[in-house]
Amino acid sequence: MTETPTSSHFKENAHAALHDAPLQKALQHVRVNFIDKRAKAVARLPEFEALRDSARDIKDHTLANLDLYIEAYEARVVAAGGHVHYAMTAKDGVDIVLKLCHERGAKAVTKGKSMIAEEMGLNAALEAAGIDPIETDLGEYIIQLRGEAPSHIIAPAVHLNKEQVEADFRRVHRDLPSDRDLSQPVQLLTEARGILRDKFLSADIGVTGANFLIAETGTSIIVTNEGNGDLTQILPKVHIVLASLEKIVPTLEDASQLLRVLARSATGQDMSVYTTLSTGPRRPGDPDGPEEYHVILIDNGRSSMLGGDFEDMLRCIRCGACMNHCPIYHAVGGHAYGSVYPGPMGAVLTPSLIGVEEGGQLPNASTFCGRCEAVCPVRIPLPNMMRHWREREFERHLSPKAMRYGIGFWAFFAKRPTLYRLSTNVAMRALHWLGRAKGRFASLPFAGGWTRYRDLPAPQGATFQSQWRAKSGSVH
Amino acid sequence: MSAREEILANIRRSLGVTGAEAPRRMAVDDRLAQARSGIIPQRGQGDQAARVATFKDEAERAQASVVEVETAADAPGEIARFLRDSNLPATLRMGDDPRLAAMPWSATALDTAHGASDGHDLNAVSAAFAAIAESGTLALVSGPDNPTTLNFLPDNHFVVVAASDIVGDYESVWRKLRGGYGKGAMPRTVNFITGPSRSADIEQTLLLGAHGPRRLHIVIVKGA
Ligand code: SF4
Repeated sequence: MTETPTSSHFKENAHAALHDAPLQKALQHVRVNFIDKRAKAVARLPEFEALRDSARDIKDHTLANLDLYIEAYEARVVAAGGHVHYAMTAKDGVDIVLKLCHERGAKAVTKGKSMIAEEMGLNAALEAAGIDPIETDLGEYIIQLRGEAPSHIIAPAVHLNKEQVEADFRRVHRDLPSDRDLSQPVQLLTEARGILRDKFLSADIGVTGANFLIAETGTSIIVTNEGNGDLTQILPKVHIVLASLEKIVPTLEDASQLLRVLARSATGQDMSVYTTLSTGPRRPGDPDGPEEYHVILIDNGRSSMLGGDFEDMLRCIRCGACMNHCPIYHAVGGHAYGSVYPGPMGAVLTPSLIGVEEGGQLPNASTFCGRCEAVCPVRIPLPNMMRHWREREFERHLSPKAMRYGIGFWAFFAKRPTLYRLSTNVAMRALHWLGRAKGRFASLPFAGGWTRYRDLPAPQGATFQSQWRAKSGSVH
Repeated sequence: MSAREEILANIRRSLGVTGAEAPRRMAVDDRLAQARSGIIPQRGQGDQAARVATFKDEAERAQASVVEVETAADAPGEIARFLRDSNLPATLRMGDDPRLAAMPWSATALDTAHGASDGHDLNAVSAAFAAIAESGTLALVSGPDNPTTLNFLPDNHFVVVAASDIVGDYESVWRKLRGGYGKGAMPRTVNFITGPSRSADIEQTLLLGAHGPRRLHIVIVKGA
């Protein structure tokens, strides 16, 4: 990440975000697009709910045996001619990358989109070492030009409008004729494609993340739509894969269960365009591909999360559905969270990664509407885990302050009628949609006190405020 | 202690295990050896005709174009036609795959080149290892005769697939890979490709041809 965490200033950040007009304009796309596309993809696959159970069970089984699967995975990578490195911390991971770069005299490193690289602050470290990191995912490329961190885990530049992107390209792409029309997204894409094509071809090392690592075969999988991850890993002489420990799954069969829920939850595609399985370096006789293949397995707090209150969070496959469906995220965007990971998954994961003092405000960034859990493909009980964090704060005698934050946060929203209406409206429509089959819920996260004894009727798709307005004219 | 040992020790401490428990080892070994299938959607299932029809529908949903030809000998003509109709130059790069090598390219006006791409080719053709009806996905493998660069660098990517290689689901591809490469082994690269390259990173506007091909044209060979 290119900025220091500002999670402890969530309230101030959120306040600023609400008054940021371009941001509010850009966020409209999240509110509509992601939700609609996911719903359609899910509706088209009758097995989807069963696949979510399957995905959850695969991850739970792997986590319970993670030590053994890491050993099995490593043996297969080595058998295929690859190398596995281990990093206890993000800093250790950075040091390994830098060492590999220095030993090979690398000057330019292309990068596929990787959240663990953000966690490691890899770009800043490479720059400090005199190596040019080149983000190749279009969204990542744009925010790199701006010196910003991603505001979304799968759509890093979702907080920007096309006019802002045009201004950045004009500022940075020196050879761009001033009369070139860049007013439309397609022209901006063509411009970036041309610039990045040359960089792909001249890079010394390619760094990608991994969506999954397969213990059975020693394979790393990346999932992309642009093809940038593939060009990053097949053109340079060296391919470095960065992956946190929990990316491991046992078999190819297990990976296909997870793939079936990943893209549908993320972008509403049945499959992303490119799902690439890489096993070791170039083989004898191969006309292309990297000559070296290195995997850096990064712990950075994961092993300590196992067996504890937050183990379930390690099931996360980084699809982004929880933030796409979160009324708080819709209202303030990703940067307000001030951490690498925004939205509900970020609110749960961040305190684990950077500590409760810095990240402790984030678990309060919730209206407890339960939509994140309702859409999470691996069924992570996100609202419950946010509550766990609050309880921890209580135990740590941070309670009076923490309580104020909790209530203060609700009050913050309630005092802003437009925002409150917006977030509750979206939540009500989602609950209406989720509950429409039966018209009621047998159980709902955080309504346990109610649903233990009776079903909760599904809201009819409108809040009290909007019904009032419809019936009696206007409340404002 | 090495980082590796430290991480494994930390995992074991958190899980409350030693790593030497026989039942855990057996469960893991069994899972890796058996590689059991999970839930497989009905969508891709059916006889060959049904799989071909589903594959075609799904690939078109992902913005690929799909054409069926009677025999492998018809594939070069179809690719030449597509290039002509799209007002594209009649050039084509390919690997040395024997299935492609056996096709009558010289009967067309196509100017063919062989081997990996250096990033300056407009058009390329590949032969698919398999295709998956469930999601309209192609499966391509790397090897001496199949450069991976051809799948990503050219603007227009043609893929020839035999109807008999169109399977229902990903699991069938895993079986086929194990049959060809052995259990636990893999080609260096397996590319699953579902439609042409795209990005929606600018204002969520879907645009084709981000870094990879702008067009993906699939030629299904019926009589093969
Ligand atoms: S927590 Fe669940 S919904 Fe959110 S990114 Fe992770 S897997 Fe997706």
